[in-house]
Amino acid sequence: MMHFLLLFSRQGKLRLQKWFTPVPEREKKKIVRDMTTMVLGRKPRSCNFLHWKDLKIVYKKYASLYFCCGLDAEENELLALEVLHRYVELLDKYFGNVCELDIIFNFEKAYFILDEFLLGGEVQETSKQVLSRSIEASDMLQETMEEYMSKPAF
Amino acid sequence: MNLISKSAYINMGYFQPFPFLCLSERDDNMEKSKQRPEPMQALTLYKHSRCLYFQEEEKLIKKELASLKEQVASPNTTMRQMKEIMVRAIYCEMLGYQASFSYIHAIKLAQQGSVLEKRVGYLAVSLFLKETDEFLLLLVNTVLKDLQSTNLIEVCMALTVVSQMFPKDMIPAILPVVEEKLTHPKEIIRRKAVLALYKFYLIAPNQVQHIHSKFRKALCDKDPGVMTASLHIYLQLIKESPESYKDLTGSMVTILRQVVGGKLPLDFNYHSVPAPWLQIQLLRILAYLGKEDQGTSEVMYDVLEESLRRAEMNHNITYAILYECVKTIYTVHPKSQLLEKAAECIGNFVLSPKINLKYLGLKALTYVVQQDANLALPHQITIIECLDHSDVIIKRETLELLFRITNAQNVTVIVEKMLEFLRLTSDDYSTIDLVGKVAELTMNSVFSLGGDVMQPDIPNNFLRLLAEGVDSVEDRQLRLFAVDSYVSLLQGETAKLPQRFLQVISWVLGEYSYLREEDSDPGSVMRLLARLLDQRHTSTETRSWVLGAMTKLCSSPVSVALARDVCERYLSWAKSVWANIPLCVTFEILVDSSLSFLDGYVSEALAAGAAPYKSPHQRQEELVQEKALSLEPYGLSLPVSLSSCSITDRLTDRQSPTLLSMSSGLSGNSTELSHKEGSTALKLDGVKRVWGKDGYLAQQQSAGETPIPQVELPSPLLSPQSPPSQTQKPSSGPEPDQEKRQLASSLFVGLGSHNSVCLVRLPSTVCSVSIADQSNVFKALFKPFYINSCRSALHNLLDTTTVASEGGAATTTLQQTSQRTLDHTTSNGSPHVEGTEQRVEAGGPLSLIRGNDLHPAPALERPRDLPLTSHLPAELSGLARSELTTLCSDHDPSLALSACRVYKEDALVLLVFISNNTDSTLHQMALQLTCKELEVYFSDWPLTVSTGDYGKMWLSFSHDLKQNLRLVTTEHQEPLTATLDALKGKLHLHIVDVIGSEGIVACRLLQGQGQGQPCLLHCRVHADSLAVWLRSPVPELPDSLLYHCQKALTET
Repeated sequence: MMHFLLLFSRQGKLRLQKWFTPVPEREKKKIVRDMTTMVLGRKPRSCNFLHWKDLKIVYKKYASLYFCCGLDAEENELLALEVLHRYVELLDKYFGNVCELDIIFNFEKAYFILDEFLLGGEVQETSKQVLSRSIEASDMLQETMEEYMSKPAF
Repeated sequence: MNLISKSAYINMGYFQPFPFLCLSERDDNMEKSKQRPEPMQALTLYKHSRCLYFQEEEKLIKKELASLKEQVASPNTTMRQMKEIMVRAIYCEMLGYQASFSYIHAIKLAQQGSVLEKRVGYLAVSLFLKETDEFLLLLVNTVLKDLQSTNLIEVCMALTVVSQMFPKDMIPAILPVVEEKLTHPKEIIRRKAVLALYKFYLIAPNQVQHIHSKFRKALCDKDPGVMTASLHIYLQLIKESPESYKDLTGSMVTILRQVVGGKLPLDFNYHSVPAPWLQIQLLRILAYLGKEDQGTSEVMYDVLEESLRRAEMNHNITYAILYECVKTIYTVHPKSQLLEKAAECIGNFVLSPKINLKYLGLKALTYVVQQDANLALPHQITIIECLDHSDVIIKRETLELLFRITNAQNVTVIVEKMLEFLRLTSDDYSTIDLVGKVAELTMNSVFSLGGDVMQPDIPNNFLRLLAEGVDSVEDRQLRLFAVDSYVSLLQGETAKLPQRFLQVISWVLGEYSYLREEDSDPGSVMRLLARLLDQRHTSTETRSWVLGAMTKLCSSPVSVALARDVCERYLSWAKSVWANIPLCVTFEILVDSSLSFLDGYVSEALAAGAAPYKSPHQRQEELVQEKALSLEPYGLSLPVSLSSCSITDRLTDRQSPTLLSMSSGLSGNSTELSHKEGSTALKLDGVKRVWGKDGYLAQQQSAGETPIPQVELPSPLLSPQSPPSQTQKPSSGPEPDQEKRQLASSLFVGLGSHNSVCLVRLPSTVCSVSIADQSNVFKALFKPFYINSCRSALHNLLDTTTVASEGGAATTTLQQTSQRTLDHTTSNGSPHVEGTEQRVEAGGPLSLIRGNDLHPAPALERPRDLPLTSHLPAELSGLARSELTTLCSDHDPSLALSACRVYKEDALVLLVFISNNTDSTLHQMALQLTCKELEVYFSDWPLTVSTGDYGKMWLSFSHDLKQNLRLVTTEHQEPLTATLDALKGKLHLHIVDVIGSEGIVACRLLQGQGQGQPCLLHCRVHADSLAVWLRSPVPELPDSLLYHCQKALTET
């Protein structure tokens, strides 16, 4: 099971956090701090896996953003990397050429996508098509044209 | 989030508007991913404005929060505005600023908002609140309402939120509604409901027990997504009790076969691999089901093999499946064919240039070596490389692997490696973990093997380590581990355990036995201790430790009864017990420290012939003396079993234990000592000592190579630069690093059998010599033969030097494994001698023979007409040498073998003469030299110093030793001079000066670690003995030298 998923920038700024198990606030802060220092301190071409206490940490850098998750000891690291990748693919499909700024400005959308993809720390749906269909379906209900137009754009 | 406009951010250069995925990645090909180059401009901008940005940010956020607070409090704020406020609040919280004022409004939004606002409300709730938050109670009704809504989206949102965080005691309230959703027509709802139930199961397993049958229905759901979701629950259930779900094996196998066979809709493909998540989940379930169950395992062999076969595509996801598959194969009941394939797979992982795969390969190896340590052998070189990998994670994983293959022979090297890593690491958690492992290894291997010769403070330090830790879980685990492992040790044969180890055991058991709560019999530990007391070999000191432990254990009636029984027998000891516990121990009973109540017993016991009480100080002194006197068996040995080294003369089957006594504790690395018979010992030999006290030692060039030129031997095999032969180094690269191989051999010592990979050659060198035509005398010259004055070692060498001759017949192949016979070539009928190379290549720091090439000497005519000594090489003829000793002449009358030692300035040369006593021509003969135990550490060699220098050196050395030696008495010499001369003759010590009844002598160490280190002796005639005071900068040197002196003097 995945325990948490963090997205942070090269400067160590948190962009998204998702906790799948109950963690006290102070512990959360510590984990975020530890993760950013550990992951940002990694040399290029090191392996994507780390240990933190009894958790496995799997991270991957996409452009300027680090995707980092903590897993149970028995989880498959490579699979977790693919989970991260699938999430990036989903974001990409939704936003189109997704970049860090999309997540900053539409982070609630990033959360919604994540909620469709992972539930309670487990992958709930892996199909890109099915996922984007369900995300779009709820979006249609939500977003009026007016809101869509008022969105900041480049 | 428009704190600053999006384009402003970009213009400031804080962010790169680069997409995460490049075009190539969108084509589902991660492997080719390349980061786009960063534009210079953005980079410089970023650097300039970074500082500004962070200051600005704080100001902005504070302002934003204040305005948000104002807005939420305002009654005019609409739900839509509230939604925007929530999003902003979430953002501020994420940046680390408190926005607790918005929590209640988040709930309100979830309760009252339209679908679109509700969603943000739920999101905010799930991000803000914890399971224990009381606010959540306000949410239960909303969730319940939404679960029953006709709007699919609302149901989905409610299911999402309950599976994210839900208070345990609220589960019953919504459980029936969630259960209902299991039969919902929409698969997305069913799927989410299953996952929600899975979550409930994790939080409160009892509450979902009644719906297990519904889980089965979900497993059979027509939608693969729902089925996949239900597997999460099954994995958990099967993990907890595999026995109750064996009947599912068939279904799981069928599902996996269908998935692997591509029977699922294409929707489930991920990068054209069919449902990898599902596959891995199934493999994991199969592993639990088939564990230690042959019947169940047999059902899944086929599908496992198919998974392995299908997962061939070169993509991360297939590697993930392969890895899981390998793990499953090694968990279920073994099937050799599958294991082979899995091992091959692991090999590919380990050898992969991709670092992630290498890591997983190491992990897989770590997992499998627990079953078969030999699996690590083909990857020795890779493992060694990983040990020095720049990535700490890889290093750590390698250590983990080494930890699993630790045995008595490589424990020292591995612990060294771990300590080295410990010094570098700063991470607390891994430190604790590793320290535990080091302690574990140390306790069980080192203590039991060499306990008695350890410094007393080593066990004490270890005990302190155990005792001092705060009462954390890790400490408790370590202690419990210690207790458990000691109890099992005591249940076995205790006679061989060293006294010190027994003392440690008793203390630990006394202190921490209470941790073994599950042990229903409190008397068991007590009985074990009592048994220890009754054994004859248990020493006085140990008994007192044992008694001390027993007093601590007197808490249950059984123990007390046992203790009373013991007490009666050991009363006379009781006093010493109290005085003798070296570590502070908290007693639960009040103690009359003078023990006056025991006086009566003591006097009785004394009258009955018991030994009088001695103070600890007295006993310590006695112990020291004892130690000094009983040097023979243990005094110089390492804390690693010498008993594991069997030195058997291969031909005569004679034990020659004296060779071993020369080894010392200098290096702390004992792997070189461990030799086994025959080919099983392939990896042990020639192990070079590359790890010393200070870490890695550069290959020590022996000082003063003898000037004898290397004889160029005709075969390319013999030249030292020749590439390693294929059979010997199959796993190494084109230019295998010698040191790595040596390290490998020291790490992988004790693993594997003869058909495994051999990296270093056998030490028992066998050479076959062909002698053509007229040559009757063959001189074998071993050079440069660094050896100390240890005669016995040499004698042993010579004893074991055996000539196997077949008259004039064919070469006798004695050792298939290492022998390399060279066909002799006779050209022009002229005498021609060829020798085989005998380099003990990996050398071994201890190996005396370094490149002991066989030097063919010119053939000589009629040896009987000339004394053999006249055949000495010119460069050796002028030097002092020993008498010519005849060896093995009785073996074969036609052939005589004799040897003598020539003392060179910095080396001892051993000359072996082989002479043909018959008139017939000897065409071929084989000479086998068994010299595998020629490992002598110390060589005392003359150190020429003046009396003045001696004085200076004497003061600067810190390690000293005093001992009385026997004086040698001769008729025409002073006892002192006679003794010193005897020492000089035997050990080649340098007598600096003799003044009256005192003499000063110096020597230095010729070989090994601490090469060239001096040792000074100060001798004084004291009554009938010689009081010797030794000083050296090396701690072990005086001890060892003293031993040699004693030996030398006993011989005269």
